[in-house]
Amino acid sequence: MSAHVSPIHHSEAPKGFIRHYIFSLDHKIIGTQYILLGLSAVTIGMILSMIVRLHLVWPNAHIWGFANGIVSPEDYLRVITMHGTLMVFFVLTTVPQSGFGNYFLPIQIGAPDMAFPTLNMLSFWTTFLALLVLLASAFVPGGAAIGGWTAYAPLSALGQVAGPGQGLGQTLWVVSIALFCGGSLMSAINFLGTTIDLRTKGLSLMRMPLTVWGWFITACLALLAFGVLLAACILLLLDRLAQTSFFIPSDLSVSGVLQHHAGGSPLLWQHLFWFFGHPEVYIAILPAMGIISHVLSTFSRKPVFGYKAMVYSLTAIGFLSFAVWGHHMFISGMNPYSALAFSILTLVIGVPSAIKTFNWLGTLWGGTIRFTAAMLFAIGFVSLFVTGGLSGIFLAQPALDLYLHDTSYVIGHFHLIMGVAAIFAMFAASYYWFPKMFGRMMNEHLGKIHFWCTFVGVYCIFMPMHYLGYVGEARRYASTESVNFMMALHPVNKFISFAAFFTATAQLLFYWNFFWSIKHGKPAERNPWHATTLEWSVATPVPHDNFAGDYPTVYRGPYEYSIPGAADDFVPQHLAPDEVVKAG
Amino acid sequence: MLSRKSSNGSAAPAVLLAIVLLLLVGSTLYFHIAKTWWFPPAITPVGHEIDQQFFLTFIITGIVFVLAQIALAWLVFRYRDHGQKAKFVRGNHSLEVIWTTITLVVFVALGVMAARAWGEVHFGGPQPGALQVEVTGLQFQWEFRYAGTDGKFGRINAKDIDASVGNPLGLDANDPASKDDIVSPDLYLPVNTPIELMLRSQDVIHSFFVRELRIKQDCVPGIIIPVHFEVEKTGDFEVTCNQLCGLGHYHMHAILHVMSQADFEQWEKKQEAQNAQ
Amino acid sequence: MPMPHLTATDEIEIIGAGGGAKPPAGSGGGDDSRRGGSSANPQRVYVTGITIAMGGILMFFMALVSAFIVRKGLGGDWIPFAMPRILWLDTAILLVSSGTLVHARRLFKRGDRPGFRHWWLVTTILGLLFLAGQFIAWRQMVAAGFYLASNASNSFFYVLTAAHGLHLLGGIAALLFVGWGRLRKLTLSTGTEIVSYYWHFLDGLWVFLFLLLLLGR
Repeated sequence: MSAHVSPIHHSEAPKGFIRHYIFSLDHKIIGTQYILLGLSAVTIGMILSMIVRLHLVWPNAHIWGFANGIVSPEDYLRVITMHGTLMVFFVLTTVPQSGFGNYFLPIQIGAPDMAFPTLNMLSFWTTFLALLVLLASAFVPGGAAIGGWTAYAPLSALGQVAGPGQGLGQTLWVVSIALFCGGSLMSAINFLGTTIDLRTKGLSLMRMPLTVWGWFITACLALLAFGVLLAACILLLLDRLAQTSFFIPSDLSVSGVLQHHAGGSPLLWQHLFWFFGHPEVYIAILPAMGIISHVLSTFSRKPVFGYKAMVYSLTAIGFLSFAVWGHHMFISGMNPYSALAFSILTLVIGVPSAIKTFNWLGTLWGGTIRFTAAMLFAIGFVSLFVTGGLSGIFLAQPALDLYLHDTSYVIGHFHLIMGVAAIFAMFAASYYWFPKMFGRMMNEHLGKIHFWCTFVGVYCIFMPMHYLGYVGEARRYASTESVNFMMALHPVNKFISFAAFFTATAQLLFYWNFFWSIKHGKPAERNPWHATTLEWSVATPVPHDNFAGDYPTVYRGPYEYSIPGAADDFVPQHLAPDEVVKAG
Repeated sequence: MLSRKSSNGSAAPAVLLAIVLLLLVGSTLYFHIAKTWWFPPAITPVGHEIDQQFFLTFIITGIVFVLAQIALAWLVFRYRDHGQKAKFVRGNHSLEVIWTTITLVVFVALGVMAARAWGEVHFGGPQPGALQVEVTGLQFQWEFRYAGTDGKFGRINAKDIDASVGNPLGLDANDPASKDDIVSPDLYLPVNTPIELMLRSQDVIHSFFVRELRIKQDCVPGIIIPVHFEVEKTGDFEVTCNQLCGLGHYHMHAILHVMSQADFEQWEKKQEAQNAQ
Repeated sequence: MPMPHLTATDEIEIIGAGGGAKPPAGSGGGDDSRRGGSSANPQRVYVTGITIAMGGILMFFMALVSAFIVRKGLGGDWIPFAMPRILWLDTAILLVSSGTLVHARRLFKRGDRPGFRHWWLVTTILGLLFLAGQFIAWRQMVAAGFYLASNASNSFFYVLTAAHGLHLLGGIAALLFVGWGRLRKLTLSTGTEIVSYYWHFLDGLWVFLFLLLLLGR
C-alpha cells in the first residue's frame, strides 16, 4: 500500500471534552451526534404513534401528559403532526444521510474528513436547534400545531383563528422547518464537495460503493429541494406574521371571523411543498437503497448484480423525482390534464425502482447467503420495498387515487415504502457498522429476534391499513364515531393497535442491544464481515483522521466477492494486485 | 461473525423467512379474493369504470407481488450458506434490458389505460340541463345549496356569514335570486339525472368524498371546482371530509340521499315552502 | 439464467495474476490521480463548495420567482407598484462593483498587493453602497404607501430584494474576511477566486431579479 500524506486536515484530535464530543469537527463524532439525535426523535415519534393507536381504539383511556388524561381531537392532531414531522425530517432525512453518511462516506472514499468540517458542525447544531424549536412548540400557549406534517395552507397560514395550536405552535413549526432546511443545505454542500473532490487515488466514480452513490445523489436532491422548502416557509411565515397573502385567498370567513387577506393561492403552497416533498421521499430512501445493496452483497458473498444499472437507476430516480410532485395533488383541484402527465412520469419512476429490486434479487441469486441480523433486515427491506412499491402503482393512477387519496391506504403505502423500509435500512446499517463504530459486536441473537418481531409486526400493522383504505377510512380522524362505515372497522383497528404495541415493545430489544453492546459486546476484529470496502481497512476504533495520514490506493470495484482464482472469498478495494493471495 | 459454526448459514432463518413471506402472500391473496374489507358497490357509470381499472391493476400488481415475494423466499432458501461457493456474476446486460423494457411497457400502459376513467370525471363539461348543487365546506360542516325555482343562485357575501342567524353561507338578503335558494346540511339528489356539483370552501381546504360515487375532490377556498356524474341507484350514502381541516375534521359528516325524481321534487317543494315562511 | 460475464482480463485486473503491482487501472479517467487524501490541490474543494452552494441558492430564488409568476398569473388583485428610481443607480453600482472586483483580482495575480487591497476595498464599499441604496428604495416604497402586505406585487418586491440583500450581506462579509481576516486553510488566492464567483453570481442574480420586478410588477 502506498502512502500519501495529505497537506490538509491531517491534525491531532482535540483534547477537551467539549471540543471532542460536543462542538466536534470530526465527521465520526458528528455522524454519531446525528444518529443520537435521530434516535431521540424516533423514540418520541414512536411513543406518539402509540398514543395514536391507543386513542383510536380506546378513546377514553387515560394517558399521562394530556389535560384530564384524555386525548382531545386537537391533541390527536397535535400528536400526528408532531409524529409526522419528527419522523420525516428528524429521523428519515437525518439518520441514513447525515448520520451514517457522515460517519462512513469519508472513510469509504479514503478521505480524512468531510470537505468542510466547520460547516459540518454548523449543520448539526442548526438541525439540533430545529429539533428544539419543534419540541418547544408543544409547550407554548395553544399547544403544538395541528396542521399535519404537510401544513396545508390556509389552515397553516391563518393563525390562531383556524384552530388551537395554529397560533404560536404553528409559527414555531414553520421556524423549525426553515432551520432544518438551512442545516440540510449546508450538509448537502458538504456531501457533494467531499464526494467530488476528496476521493482517494484510484477511486473512480464507477468504483464507489453504492452507499456513496446513494449519499451523493441524495445530497444533490437535498441541495435542490430544501432551498425550495425554505422559500415556501419564508412566504408562509410572512402570511402568518406580516399579513401578506401568498397562500390565503380573499373573503375567507373562519368561524364567522372575516379575514383580511386577498387573492392568495392555497395550491401554490402545495406546489412548493411537494416540489420539495417528493424528492424528500427519495432523500429518505436513496441512502437506504445504497446501504441495502452494500449489505446484500457482503452477506451473499457476491458482487452487486448489475452495479452500473444500480448507479444509473439511482441517478434516474434522482432526476425524475423532481418531475412527479403533482401526484400528491391529483384531487387538489390542479389542472386535470397535468395530472395525466404527472401520472405517467410517476409510473416511469417506478421503472428504476423495479430495476433495483430485480438487481437485489439477482445479487441473492447464486450467492452464499449468511443470515446475520444486518442481512435479515436487508432481505426484509426488499420484501417491504416490493409491497410498498406495488401499492404505489395504484396511487400513481389519478382515477384510482381519486378513491384512495387521504385514506388509510396511503398511510399503509408510505409507511411501508418510506418509513419502515428506510428504518429497516437503518437497522441493517446499525448491525453492520456497529463493530466499526464502537469496536464491539452487537448481539446477533437478540438482533435476529428483533428482526423477526419487527418484520412480522410491521406487516401486521400496515397491510390491514390498505384494507381499511379499500373501505374508505379517512386518515387524520381523531375518532370514527361520526361515520358509520368507519365504526364498523373497529376490530381491524384494534388488531393494528395490538400489532403496533407488540412491534414497539420489540424495539426495546434494539435499544438494549445497542447500548449494552457499546460497553459489553464481544470485541470486534478489524473486518468482522470479511467485507471489501475501505471502512474495513482501517483500525477499530477509527483513528481521528481515519487513515493516520496513510491514504489507501483503490485498485478495484467495491464488491469483489468470490472471485475465481483468489484464495479468500473477498478481495478488498485497497489491496494491491500483488498482495492478493491466489488460490491453490 | 462468519464462522460456519454459527447459525448464519443454517436453514432455520431461511425456512422461517420463507414461511413468513408465504403467509404474507397467502393472507394478502385471501383478503383480496374473499373481499373481506372491500369497496362498497359503485353507483355511478364512471364508478364502474374506475372499478374495472382497479381490477386490472389488482391483477397485474398481484401477479408481480406473488412472483417477487415467492422469488425472494426461494432465493433465500435455495442459496443459504450450506458450504457452497457463490457464483461469480457481475450482472447481465440483456436481462437488465429485458426487465427494464417490460416494466416500462406495463407501467406506462397501465397509466394510459387509467387516463380514460380520469378523463370521464374531469375532462367533459356538464351535460345540458344538469342539476346544479353548490357544495360548501366550512369548519366543520357541509352546506348544500340549490338554486330554487328561479334556477339562479343568489349572491353570497363573506361579510354576511352568520351562523347564529341561520345564514352560514352569507346569502345576500338584498339579492332577489337568493330568496328561494335552498340550503341544506345534507345532500339530496334525484336518481338518473345528470348532476353538477360546484365545490367551494369558505375557510380552509376540505375534501368532498362519497365512496359509492367514487368521487373525491378537494374544496379549495378561492376557487370553485365542478364535478359531474349521474347516480344509478337510490339510497343513503355517507359524505365525509377527507382533507385535514382542523380539530373537528373527523365529525364533518353529511348524508347523500339519492331519491326518485318524484321524491326529490317533493323534497324541493317542502324546502321552498319552509323558505317562504 | 444469467451467464457470468467474467473474462480472463477481468480476473487479471482483480487479483493481479498477470502483472505485478500495476498502478490503479484508470477506468475513471486521468483526473483520478489528483484526488483524495493525496489531492494535489486541496484548495479545489472550496471552488467546488461555492459552486454547489450557488446551485442551492439559485434553487431558492427560482422557487420565489416561480411563486411570483404563479401568484401574478392568478390575476385579479395584482396592483403594480412604482419601481423606486434609485434602483437603477443601485444596479449600476453593483455592475461597477463586479468590474472593480475583476480589476482587483487581476492586480492580485500580477502580485500587486496594495493595488489589490485598494480595489478590493472599493468593491466592498460599492457593495455597502448597494445595500444603502436598497434601504433607501424600501423607504421610498413605504413613503409611496407600498407596504409589505399592501399587495402581492409589493410583497414579492420586498421578499426578493431582501433575500438578495441578505445574500449580498454575506458576500460583503466574505469580502471583508478574505481581504482583512486571518485565513488558515484557505489561501488568499482561492479566497479571492471563490468570493469573486459568488459576487458575480449575486450581481447576475440581481440583474435578473431587477428585470423581473421591472417587467413583471
